[in-house]
Amino acid sequence: MSKHIERRDFLKLFGAGVAGVTAALTGCRPKTVAGPIKDDYSQLQEARGDRMTYRKNPTTGDKVSLLGYGMMRLPNREDGEIDQEAVNRLVDYALAHGVNYFDTSPAYCRGNSEKATGIALSRHPRDSYFIATKLSNFNQATWGRRESIDMFENSLKELQTDYIDYYLLHGCGMGGMDNLKARYLDNGMLHYCIGQRREGRIRNLGFSYHGDVAVFDYLLSIHDQVHWDFVQIELNYLDWDYANEINDRNTDARYLYAELQKRGIPAVIMEPLLGGRLANIPQYLMERMKQRDPDASIASWAFRYAGTPEGVLTVLSGMTYMEHLKDNLLTYCPLKPVTPEEENFLYDIAYHIVNVKLIPCNDCKYCMPCPYGVDIPGLFVHYNKVKSHDRLPENAQDSGYARLRREFLVGQDRSVPRLRQAAHCIGCGQCKPHCPQNIDIPEELHKIDEFVENLRQNT
Amino acid sequence: MLKRTRQILAALFFAGITLLLLDVSGTLFHYLSWMPKMQLLPAILAANLAVVAIILALTLLLGRIYCSVICPLGVMQDLAARLNRKRNPYSLSPALWWLRLTALCVFVLLIVTGLTGVAALIAPYSTYGRIVTHLIQPLWIGADNLLALGAEAVDSYAVSEADWVWYGWMPLIVTSLTLIIIAVLAYRGGRTWCNTVCPVGTALGCVARFSLLKVRFNEEQCIGCGKCSRNCKAACIDFKTYDIDYSRCVTCGNCIDLCPKGALNYGLAASSKIKAEKENTVDRSKRQFLIGTALLAGTALAQEEKKVDGGLAEIVNKAAPERQTPLTPPGSLTARNMTEKCTACQLCVSECPNDVLRPSTSLEHFMQPTMGYEHGYCRPECVRCSQVCPTGAIRPITKQEKSSLQIGHAVWVKQNCVPLTDGVECGNCARHCPTGAITMVPSDPDDEWSLKVPVVNTSTCIGCGACENLCPARPLSAIYVEGHEMHRVI
Repeated sequence: MSKHIERRDFLKLFGAGVAGVTAALTGCRPKTVAGPIKDDYSQLQEARGDRMTYRKNPTTGDKVSLLGYGMMRLPNREDGEIDQEAVNRLVDYALAHGVNYFDTSPAYCRGNSEKATGIALSRHPRDSYFIATKLSNFNQATWGRRESIDMFENSLKELQTDYIDYYLLHGCGMGGMDNLKARYLDNGMLHYCIGQRREGRIRNLGFSYHGDVAVFDYLLSIHDQVHWDFVQIELNYLDWDYANEINDRNTDARYLYAELQKRGIPAVIMEPLLGGRLANIPQYLMERMKQRDPDASIASWAFRYAGTPEGVLTVLSGMTYMEHLKDNLLTYCPLKPVTPEEENFLYDIAYHIVNVKLIPCNDCKYCMPCPYGVDIPGLFVHYNKVKSHDRLPENAQDSGYARLRREFLVGQDRSVPRLRQAAHCIGCGQCKPHCPQNIDIPEELHKIDEFVENLRQNT
Repeated sequence: MLKRTRQILAALFFAGITLLLLDVSGTLFHYLSWMPKMQLLPAILAANLAVVAIILALTLLLGRIYCSVICPLGVMQDLAARLNRKRNPYSLSPALWWLRLTALCVFVLLIVTGLTGVAALIAPYSTYGRIVTHLIQPLWIGADNLLALGAEAVDSYAVSEADWVWYGWMPLIVTSLTLIIIAVLAYRGGRTWCNTVCPVGTALGCVARFSLLKVRFNEEQCIGCGKCSRNCKAACIDFKTYDIDYSRCVTCGNCIDLCPKGALNYGLAASSKIKAEKENTVDRSKRQFLIGTALLAGTALAQEEKKVDGGLAEIVNKAAPERQTPLTPPGSLTARNMTEKCTACQLCVSECPNDVLRPSTSLEHFMQPTMGYEHGYCRPECVRCSQVCPTGAIRPITKQEKSSLQIGHAVWVKQNCVPLTDGVECGNCARHCPTGAITMVPSDPDDEWSLKVPVVNTSTCIGCGACENLCPARPLSAIYVEGHEMHRVI
């Protein structure tokens, strides 16, 4: 969605040519990394793997790479299944360049992420990486102790390992205290996990947090008994101060991070880029960033920000494409911490982004599949994309309205088939409890539906 | 000169009507919808006296120029005939008056008795409309979608994708047969169809005999080579007797161009002898059709034990409900008006941007448009079918008129309703009803917090089908529209 060819399209188009270019480049340049991946593009330099910034886990002493690989947004083949070959290549490249933290879950990628991660990682020595996975017992059918333990055992099987380096209670805070009790406390799963940690099948125990802050506070209040080895929180330059403003059921990252620091618990960072929203910011903000540093990608600002606090163990990025990975490696090999002045610059950017009032969807797909076939994240992503580029057709009197109208309608039909658009949201609300961002999904969809209906009628 | 002029005008008309029938962008009808309205049969049905008068006057003045220029089926036959590369492909044949008059009489009879749809099987313009809509438009849409893919690749919004709708085997088979018959006849004998079967050709032929300007022989200059006779696609020139059958001559001007001696010219007519022969009836074979219904058997989303993220639930295709009374589009006034006026040219079907209109499969309404809401619904901002219809089967209406025009009413089908079958909140029908005719009420009258189900105010429902189309129940909706024989303003 820009005047430039998207980089992945560029790759598709010129993939064949790239091999030749690479051969030419590697010939006249000292070879730094002997990775199995040989492609490259002229404007992107390869990161040097030996320069990765590492953070030390205070309890186990693990040396964790600041860039963590999120296995939630793995590349798909045409038929919708995970492209294992591409995953293998990405994992090989990441390992070769110093990434050693891989975060997955039994729920990710329609339940196929752990398996794909296991296949890719098991091709490397077990002590060369850390595996993080979660107890994703969201469905009530899996709340029982037996079912939850089965889920843990199955994770070990899928990941082809006999221990998990980082194990998380998944999505604490979603559904409030009641949900926490039902999933982890009343069924004794928290104690089970502590026991597994004692036995070494779990090396570090933590939880990931979204939503109700009472749950966060409660879990930290029992830190003395549990000894959380790490906690996974959402942190980025937008959520630092504006999480609560964007959605009053969310908590500012400033508070969450400070609470962890007080207790010396390392933080694992998720959503550093808000599902790509911080890479796809309004044009005028993009220009400001590029003015300051023409060579840095927009995403790199967000990654530098998230990696700067010393209490951060690793920053997770769901890298679907090789160029995401390469760009992030450049950012973290080594990390150039943001200066206080740059920090203020980013907060100013954040202030402007908040005022665009996008739907706070990070395209995590937890809400999916909608039983009535609606492509919820597809619709939100399209709407946000248009809105953040300030190309929303809002006033029929505006010159250029007809053009924007067509762009929106045709663009939406291209992104999401008609049968999966907002008009088909019946408002059953089954998606709502699954959203880590607490978005009132039916309400937002009905708003989009109304907007689209008005566009259609305003011929 | 005559030939060249005729060719240019014919090309313009032919291209215009074809593009109009093919158009998926929804823009051309603004400029071209007058072209179908110039067709004789649609103009007669629409009681468009001005057009009928113009065509009659034109024929009285110039001969059957209508058949050579305005009629797209005529031009299509000329194109098919051009494929025949044989030298001197035709020869004089007698006029088959018995066949021509029988066809015309049967045709008129069918229309008078209200079986316009059946009669229209041999009506020239609508036959062409069916050929383009059912045989060429699918390819056109394919090409459009390729372009749309290309446009998407370069981030352009100029071309958008169009849906490819399957209307069943019947239209495809009928249209293919018609095309094969007409094309083969044209390839072998030029305007055979026009001069034997086509009722418009016969009617205009009767008038053209008295036309002012005619092709005629200059007997002194004629050397009797016979080139004119052997190249006359109407097979109506007898070079030996200098006779030209003006009831069949379509004033194409080919003979004038070809004559090595310039012995033929187009000018004020001398009187001509006409031989008419009459014979018995034609037997018309009855046709039977296979109507294939493709119901995609779908299964509900399998409930997974474990909650996993992502993926899309399968969507089962909607099936058409059995309506007691078929739906006809707003502007068609009554079912009867539609039956009597429509020549099934498919222009409305191919123009409908919401895939609501499709050819009827019943014999009584043969290929005349009927409505269904499985793919889309009759949207409030669209009155395109009423604007393009050349025959007055769908009268022009405005958006404002449409918003209060009742063409049917919604009926709730309790056993399919999602709040009752799936136990979830819904109300999608009420949310999308443009007239607010649907309200949600508690399913249990004694429990105001029970899940709500729709009630329809049939006096304010206009039958647009938003509810039926957007109902989540599949394949059969829990609310569907029953047609009204007479449309009314609410």
